[in-house]
Amino acid sequence: MIRSLRHLIVVAAVFAAAVLAQPVQIQSAHATNIERVTSPGGIEAWLVRDTSLPLIALNFSFLGGANEDPEGKAGTGYMVSSMLDEGAGPLDSRGFHQQLEENAVELRFSVTHDYFQGSIKLLRERQDQSFELLRLALNEAKFEDAATARVASQILAALRRETTDPGSIAGRTWWNTAFAGHPYARPNNGTLTSVPTITGQDQKDYARRVFTRAHLKVAAVGDIDAAGLGKVLDRVFGALPASGELRSVPNAAPREVGRRIVSQLNVPQAVIRLGGVGIPRKDPDFMAAYLVNHILGGGSFTSRLYDEVREKRGLAYGVYSYLLNLRHTSMFMASTQTSADQTREALELIELEIRRMVDEGPTDAELAKAKAYLKGAYALNFDTSTKIASMLLQIQLDDLGIDYINRRSAIIDAVTIEDARRAAKRLASGGVLTTVVGQPKNLASREPGG
Amino acid sequence: MVASATLAQQANSSRARPNVGHFTLPNGLEVVVIPDRRAPVVTHMVWYKVGAADETPGKSGLAHFLEHLLFKGTAKNPAGRFSKEVAAVGGQENAFTSQDYTGYYQRVARENLKAMMEFEADRMTGLVLTDAQVLPELKVVLEEHNQRVANNPRARLSEQIDAALYLNHPYGRPIIGWRQEIEKLNREEALAFYKRFYTPNNAVLVIAGDVSTEEVRALADETYGKVPKVAEIGPRMRPQEPTPVAARRLTLSDPRVAQPSMHRAYLVPSAATAKPGEAEALEVLAFILGHGNTSRMYRNLVEERSLAVGAGGWYSGSALDMTQFGLYGSPKPGVELQQLEDAIDAVIDNVVANGVTAEEVERATNRLIAESVYAQDNQATMARWYGAALTQGSSVERVQSWPDRIRAVKAEAVHAAAKAYLDKRRSVTGYLIKDTAPREEKRS
Repeated sequence: MIRSLRHLIVVAAVFAAAVLAQPVQIQSAHATNIERVTSPGGIEAWLVRDTSLPLIALNFSFLGGANEDPEGKAGTGYMVSSMLDEGAGPLDSRGFHQQLEENAVELRFSVTHDYFQGSIKLLRERQDQSFELLRLALNEAKFEDAATARVASQILAALRRETTDPGSIAGRTWWNTAFAGHPYARPNNGTLTSVPTITGQDQKDYARRVFTRAHLKVAAVGDIDAAGLGKVLDRVFGALPASGELRSVPNAAPREVGRRIVSQLNVPQAVIRLGGVGIPRKDPDFMAAYLVNHILGGGSFTSRLYDEVREKRGLAYGVYSYLLNLRHTSMFMASTQTSADQTREALELIELEIRRMVDEGPTDAELAKAKAYLKGAYALNFDTSTKIASMLLQIQLDDLGIDYINRRSAIIDAVTIEDARRAAKRLASGGVLTTVVGQPKNLASREPGG
Repeated sequence: MVASATLAQQANSSRARPNVGHFTLPNGLEVVVIPDRRAPVVTHMVWYKVGAADETPGKSGLAHFLEHLLFKGTAKNPAGRFSKEVAAVGGQENAFTSQDYTGYYQRVARENLKAMMEFEADRMTGLVLTDAQVLPELKVVLEEHNQRVANNPRARLSEQIDAALYLNHPYGRPIIGWRQEIEKLNREEALAFYKRFYTPNNAVLVIAGDVSTEEVRALADETYGKVPKVAEIGPRMRPQEPTPVAARRLTLSDPRVAQPSMHRAYLVPSAATAKPGEAEALEVLAFILGHGNTSRMYRNLVEERSLAVGAGGWYSGSALDMTQFGLYGSPKPGVELQQLEDAIDAVIDNVVANGVTAEEVERATNRLIAESVYAQDNQATMARWYGAALTQGSSVERVQSWPDRIRAVKAEAVHAAAKAYLDKRRSVTGYLIKDTAPREEKRS
């Protein structure tokens, strides 16, 4: 919106950290004291109690996400995430929003490919009323026709904007191609044709199937003790079905690697997105690969891509690579934006740097620095209640164990240069699928091997 | 609304005001310390009282370009050493430029604070630039311009509205600069700007996190305390706006507009220029009119009349000089922008004629005050609040009294602010529409 521009803060560097899909990592006395709380009704949550501020942050997720959208109705879960505060139980849409405002509650729902997620931040003195709103949203949302029509029109407006946005086009083309035939090919927020077909009943069915105790993970931080949290868990989640039938989603690897798709769009700056096979989160080489990626294109001003593409040649404002791990696939991705006349140069440079890393791996010095970075940077994820709650949830989703925060440094230290070289060879093995959107000079679509 | 009143009091009583330290070094550097001992992490920021609005006409983008160049090293710490050190300890760093300030920060584990202070103190006056570094960085800034503005129709409209709203004040120029002026920026100009404005007596050091005021005082003496004052800084006098007398309208058509929208900005006082209570009243007014799904604009335009997919408003009170009060709306398919604008005008006419209710004020102030509790959960947010305040004519005391001042806002004051400032003659209205004209090369 234009507001954000009025508040324009022009920032000097890339925001690569924001797109890292893996939990970034750190040490904190504050965060290591995690309690495993089980409610009287048997619902588990991880808790970090912090009484220094009168607030509570609670994050949760249900397995399912956009994968559970019915066939032909991409965006159902996304629409549900926008509809839970549009009227529930005794409250109509207006009443619900008014209650949120009067109690100063921050309530958010979102959808990824694999998960339906929620977060609530509330004032301790208002916890009763605030958690009641969350209970209503998850258990008694109305999904009325008028609200559905209103929310659909808002989602469609955003989808229309995406049709001329180079980044959105590059992303959609990449996912459509890499995962053709798989649920990951579908955009989480749906399409211009799917969204108008989603009914209130579709949303109710989705909620009943996905919002179940068997597929729930919860993390809480703030001024609440284990007994208090236990009561909240039973109240908010206790009446949900014990379990629900989820679809079986096959594992998949990105397809069409080696292919390049150039889409013409009248913008001065082209968007480049490329990706190939990554490394599974539970693979013994994952941490080695994570370090290798950090050296290549991770979120600091010292990566090889940053140095070659931005610092030395000024080809782009931001350039980065990252590992993206979903439940059914693992990817290595890279991205940048650059003017039409130098798009080819930037792309070739990125390809060259990836190849160099795959062939040669990092140097000893680079590996040592990357280890120091990843160990030190972890603490920065634990300095606010909401960040801690989101880390505790992510560690549960990744199934890393409640002691992971304490074990992580040792896992990093154990990575040898041989591990790093081996992991590097596995990045984008087989090549990458590249999508480019804009008016790049001397750069055309290319078939694999072409 | 008894319940809400209770909330306000609770939020107030539990608003454990952090024990903020505040002192000034002999060289003029102002220091603010915001202890938050929950995690062993600190946020270290230096804010300079210079921004895009302090540039010489014709040199737009210079403050921001210089911000990029501050990463190019000093005699003591050549290019890259500072960033390598930040990375070596797992820190985060970045910088930002606004119309009124330029800031640099690192977030690191507490034991690395002193090293960050040494580096940052060094580049306060020690910058060294070569053309070999400056020229690629200018290309980076032009790519940033492409990414933020040229590729983005709404950003382009926003630039046009700012330019039309400010007839005389440099806030009418984009922070990142006009492209043809960015292209001509160079090393000499950047260094001259640096020497004029980068000096301890024109800066504010803000440190939030796991640290005490006494620790910071000792570290600041050892590091920043050794940086000499290198320039005298006069009062920040920018050319001011005349009283606005004519409503302005503009339309930006761009082939990439897939969803049209309408935007309006009114010229209004900022927290720094307003009469007592006025900025707070504008804050509450913006909330009632335009914040979220309970706002008057959303209810009327989106829910009741079904004319828009989105609508709202905002007040940007943080500015050294006259600032903006904004409204926006995106029509549903089939609704003309003029029809939407008429409906927005009706909402505005109503608030100007009839004011707001005490209940609305109560709800808005409660919600705004709760923000100050939530903000305390985030050391970086707290550091930004204080840094922005102290470089935009406010003070530590005023940041701390903000909840009380918001609580004191009465419906009459909100009505008075609406009557005084939501006057079309003070405004620019911008339409963003799809350009459907056929494209052809013309050589006339």
